[in-house]
Amino acid sequence: MELFDNLGLGLETALRVENLLYCLIGVALGTAVGVLPGIGPTATIALLLPITFNFEPVSALIMLAGIYYGAQYGGSTTAILINLPGETSAAVTAIDGHEMAKNGRAGPALATAAIGSFFAGSVATIVVVLFAPPLAAVALTFGSPEFFSLVVLGLVASIALARGSTVKALAMIVLGLLLGTVGADTLGSGTPRFTFGVRELFDGINFVSVAVGMFGIAEILRNLEDEKTRKLVTGTISSLWPTREDFRRMVGPIVRGTVIGSGLGFLPGAGHVLASFGSYSIEKRLSKRKEEFGHGAIEGVAGPESANNAAAQTSFIPLLTLGLPAHPVMALMIGAFIIHGIVPGPSVIEDEPALFWGLIVSMWIGNLFLVLLNLPLIGIWVKMLTIPYKMLFPAIIAFSAIGTFSLGLNAWNVFMIAFFGILGYGLIKLGCEPAPLLLGFVLGPLLEDHLRRALIISRGDLSIFISTPVSAVLLVMAAAAIAISVLPAIRRKREVVFKEEEV
Amino acid sequence: MPQVRRALKDVLAGGTFIVFGLGFAAGSLTYDLGTPVRMGPGYLPLILGLALTGLGVLVIAKGFIADEGEPIGGVDLRAIILVSAALLFFGLTVRGLGVVGALFGASLLAALARSQTSPREALVIAVGLTVLSVVIFIVALQLRLPLVGSWIPL
Repeated sequence: MELFDNLGLGLETALRVENLLYCLIGVALGTAVGVLPGIGPTATIALLLPITFNFEPVSALIMLAGIYYGAQYGGSTTAILINLPGETSAAVTAIDGHEMAKNGRAGPALATAAIGSFFAGSVATIVVVLFAPPLAAVALTFGSPEFFSLVVLGLVASIALARGSTVKALAMIVLGLLLGTVGADTLGSGTPRFTFGVRELFDGINFVSVAVGMFGIAEILRNLEDEKTRKLVTGTISSLWPTREDFRRMVGPIVRGTVIGSGLGFLPGAGHVLASFGSYSIEKRLSKRKEEFGHGAIEGVAGPESANNAAAQTSFIPLLTLGLPAHPVMALMIGAFIIHGIVPGPSVIEDEPALFWGLIVSMWIGNLFLVLLNLPLIGIWVKMLTIPYKMLFPAIIAFSAIGTFSLGLNAWNVFMIAFFGILGYGLIKLGCEPAPLLLGFVLGPLLEDHLRRALIISRGDLSIFISTPVSAVLLVMAAAAIAISVLPAIRRKREVVFKEEEV
Repeated sequence: MPQVRRALKDVLAGGTFIVFGLGFAAGSLTYDLGTPVRMGPGYLPLILGLALTGLGVLVIAKGFIADEGEPIGGVDLRAIILVSAALLFFGLTVRGLGVVGALFGASLLAALARSQTSPREALVIAVGLTVLSVVIFIVALQLRLPLVGSWIPL
């Protein structure tokens, strides 16, 4: 069977010693940044991109992917132990997980999260294997009009599911698209645009600087405003192993969470956040012991943890098959593909089968590593929580500077971090989320290229986007996504979802 | 006007978008706009710049109709200035002073951005960070950066 051949190729690639090593480094780094406050996977992956330049493409992507799902995992450790979710999607875990820790059951809570995540990750990997190839086959038939509309849909859908004002998010997308035009117009005339004569900007603004500034530096500035004191619940991790009763109670939530997460992971935007919240509310509704929720119900840890890990895995599907990032981390993965000269999209599966299947199989291996890394070594991660912020944030700034400078030894990369750090900080304070800007920035050149090509095909007639059926459907879906997100009823529901997230 | 104060957040956000939108639109006029069949370098930026300006106006208008109600909160000017200064210092001196000097200065400025950190503590953090970064980036990751720059005669 072809599927088994493909998986065999993937196993062969992922089990090569150096790839196993990069996978391990990736998930370990990911867990670390998930645990540490003030630096998330977006900024970390951005910082490490320049270093992966010398790697083989498949090794680089395996490591970067490992950072991403490792961070999802580490985020739940801090959620349980100190009620401070390292990652937004772990916020739901904090509700019952931290209560369990306070009741002296931190060990079983961590183990439940680990078991749920591993099961969900394994199932979601199979989902990727089953759904990615047919989707890529469909996308291979697309021309420029379809791709233009697909990018529009991807951008718009990412804000329909995000929190905050839709108009502001739209504006952030457009600002990102505009910033993406800075630099030489390489696909057209070659004219340098908006460079103010600065030679270093001819290649465009480096997206590593944008990501590090908007997600790393802006976050530091926000944290310095008011420092939260972190209270650690330790000395209570006596026994890790859940009881027989715990096992019986976690099975249902884990299975349901996996299904919800695998489905929602496809969606652009905050799919994994919605997944963990959705799973929590379903478990609460189904449970015979509703009164335990909020006071340390194991179902409240098992379900959401499985859901968010499954979603983290399946969010690779749109990236690998359509070249569309579902969220900022996936946008950076696009950058990683491009650095290695691979155009992410439907042809990856045909042109680079070892890379495609190796990456997928490595996700399963990475999940196994995470269980091994986290349960026996939990003490090390707890230690990391005690690193004081006053040392941590200068380190992030120093690493950002040296990391981005090393990209072509260009000092403007460092100046741009400062610019985007301040811009991001200001905009976040004014209620604008940074994620749509980064997506717009990354997808801008793609959008312009497909628009230009489509208009050449149609001799300048804009109606080509409506007369091509697939393109028309995609645009209608994009319009519907905007309409839905501004409808008052849905707005209120969104507010509730994302208010809960901030608990 | 109390209403203006309530809408301040949206007015500032919208204003930022308008400034960027008009800036990009005006800039794009200096490039060849081309025609839809042969889009020039200024074509898309002009459309997007005008769209951003429009969205900025909408954000302001919405601010007066339904404000978000949450105050903006204070701004830590010390942190903003020192963090930017750290990055600018690194970018400006990394060639001249070399990695060691640039890192030390940047770490020191960055550490001081937190007002509760004393100058002595900041000095210790900066020394430690410089050593750590050199070990990670130069020794372990083998980045080819000069440890000592051209301004320092040896």
